[in-house]
Amino acid sequence: MNVVFTVTLALLAASALLVLPRLLRGPGVLDRIVSLDVLVTLIVCALAVNVAANDAGLSVPLLLVLVLLGFIGSVTAAHLVEEREDIR
Amino acid sequence: MTVLIDTVSAVLLLTGAVFCLLTGVGVLRFPDAICRLHAAAKAQTLGVLLIALGTAMQVPAKYSWALLLVAGFQLITVPVTGQVVGRTAYRTGGAHRPGLVVDQLADRLAADEEYVRGGGTLPGHRGQDPER
Repeated sequence: MNVVFTVTLALLAASALLVLPRLLRGPGVLDRIVSLDVLVTLIVCALAVNVAANDAGLSVPLLLVLVLLGFIGSVTAAHLVEEREDIR
Repeated sequence: MTVLIDTVSAVLLLTGAVFCLLTGVGVLRFPDAICRLHAAAKAQTLGVLLIALGTAMQVPAKYSWALLLVAGFQLITVPVTGQVVGRTAYRTGGAHRPGLVVDQLADRLAADEEYVRGGGTLPGHRGQDPER
């Protein structure tokens, strides 16, 4: 199983590397919001794999907190973009 | 039995990771905000679901319920995020409108604007709000 965990983590890291340019370049605020959301979800995935691989049960509550924080953050930021027309 | 569980869980984990990778490709390569949102919402949800399931089969039962809870939260929250971000993207120019095959919202918004210009009131319409 160790090989599987390593390959999964490598694929997740590759995905994060693909998302990163979109986060840095934009072009719009919404693109950054979407890519940040994807990054948070990737971190959740990686932590979940870590729970299984290293028996790190203490980080399970962290997963729940991260999922909900990512959701609230994205929705709030999108609302702000719609309210304030100068931060597109 | 352990071998069977390990095999199923390995397949789930690897498939989920591949879907996460596809999300990355989509977010990087797709042309406008709504297309990127499409990749981020769908492929990402499936990836997280598969990875959470695969992980839940590997850990003790007292941890796996929380992982299933993570998957459930993801199923509930991703459509909401997608709807809110997509709406904002459409209304602030994040969508490439000439590329849309069917654009029903444009007709609706234009009709609303015409109605308000003619003196009508719409519930919650910006132009009718005296505080703005």
